[in-house]
Amino acid sequence: MSDSKKHSHNHDDHDHDDDHSHWSDMELKVKTLESLLVEKGYVDPASLDVIVETYETKVGPRNGAAVVAKAWSDEDYLHRLRQNATDAIAELGFTGRQGEHMQIVENTDDVHNMVVCTLCSCYPWSVLGLPPVWYKSAPYRSRAVSEPRAVLSEFNVELPKETKITVWDSTAEMRYLVIPKRPDGTQGWSEEKLAKLVTRDSMIGTGLALSVDEVSS
Amino acid sequence: MNGPHDMGGMQCYGAVEPEKDEPVFHADWEKRALAMTVGMGFAGQWNLDISRFARESLPYDFYLTKSYYQIWIAGLQNLMLERGMVTPNELQTGMPETKGIQVKRVVKPDEMPAALAAGGPVERETTVEPSFKIGEKVRSLNINPQTHTRLPRYIRGKLGQIVTIHGCHVFPDSNSKAEGENPQWLYSVCFDAQELFGKGAEENNTIMVDCWEPYLEPA
Repeated sequence: MSDSKKHSHNHDDHDHDDDHSHWSDMELKVKTLESLLVEKGYVDPASLDVIVETYETKVGPRNGAAVVAKAWSDEDYLHRLRQNATDAIAELGFTGRQGEHMQIVENTDDVHNMVVCTLCSCYPWSVLGLPPVWYKSAPYRSRAVSEPRAVLSEFNVELPKETKITVWDSTAEMRYLVIPKRPDGTQGWSEEKLAKLVTRDSMIGTGLALSVDEVSS
Repeated sequence: MNGPHDMGGMQCYGAVEPEKDEPVFHADWEKRALAMTVGMGFAGQWNLDISRFARESLPYDFYLTKSYYQIWIAGLQNLMLERGMVTPNELQTGMPETKGIQVKRVVKPDEMPAALAAGGPVERETTVEPSFKIGEKVRSLNINPQTHTRLPRYIRGKLGQIVTIHGCHVFPDSNSKAEGENPQWLYSVCFDAQELFGKGAEENNTIMVDCWEPYLEPA
């Protein structure tokens, strides 16, 4: 277990040993819990390190960006994504927890897709990594379904009035990956270069892919 | 259960506040909270639906004011307390006073990447045909179980249309009670925003909700 170098001073009125006084209550609670689970033989702490390393360094929105860039570039791949997104995404090596049952939803000139989990925090980990705090927050979970246009404006996204918004509430184990619209002026770009235009938020539907100007500036 | 987790359509929580260049974790304890929650899932003493119900069942004020990883830790502690895996005193001290129970699996470090990559698919084989067809009009039931359900309040009793048949998936309402997986057909159901939120709702929006067959009736 790594010792915290960051000291968040969120103390409340609990008493602590002096040795531990630089730890926040949550650090202390979580350290205590981990040592208990290890002592009881419920978990191997080195295995927990692997979980942290996986989601901190290996699984993240770059995965999803590779899927989107390939979908933009390769008609056959896009077809396979439409037929069976779980298998098509697995072709790129992205599988696993919270990505067992994938579906893509494609943005067009007429339809903008946006994903939420109103009941908890369901999110396609295998392609986007762990969800940001706002995705799990009450404001997003409550309003994404009832006033998506207002929510989008809080992300500085303004869509044409005629654009239809489709919101996907992840109530089951289906996980949705938005394929944002391919930006203009990117004909002939390599998948690698295209992937740089694909932001995490554009794959949740609270953002758009970056324009050519935004990446070159 | 009609709890604080069922947030769709609430209007009291203010604006969304995206954080620029947000880090994956905001404190080291969050890393361990994630790892323990995922790691203890492999121990096989509960399933995904039971763990979701444990979080939903936390006191409403705790649920609404704590961070998500705090909710996860509290849910994890309760799951272990309920099963006699830990005692309240042990949670305070971190020192074991009783022998632990025998868990189903302790994943070794070299097994963990494969275990994470395998995930836990929930689609099941069935010999039963789906009752609804694509394009069919359906109404979601108005049910209010005290137990876990994934039928959110904002669609109950509302008229929708079947868009996709996803397959036969583990049914959370049964699985969360440890009554077996009871797999049921799962559909994407399309609802018009004004059907759900009234005439004043933003026009031209639709909401897709994944619904298991027992949540639906023909309309």
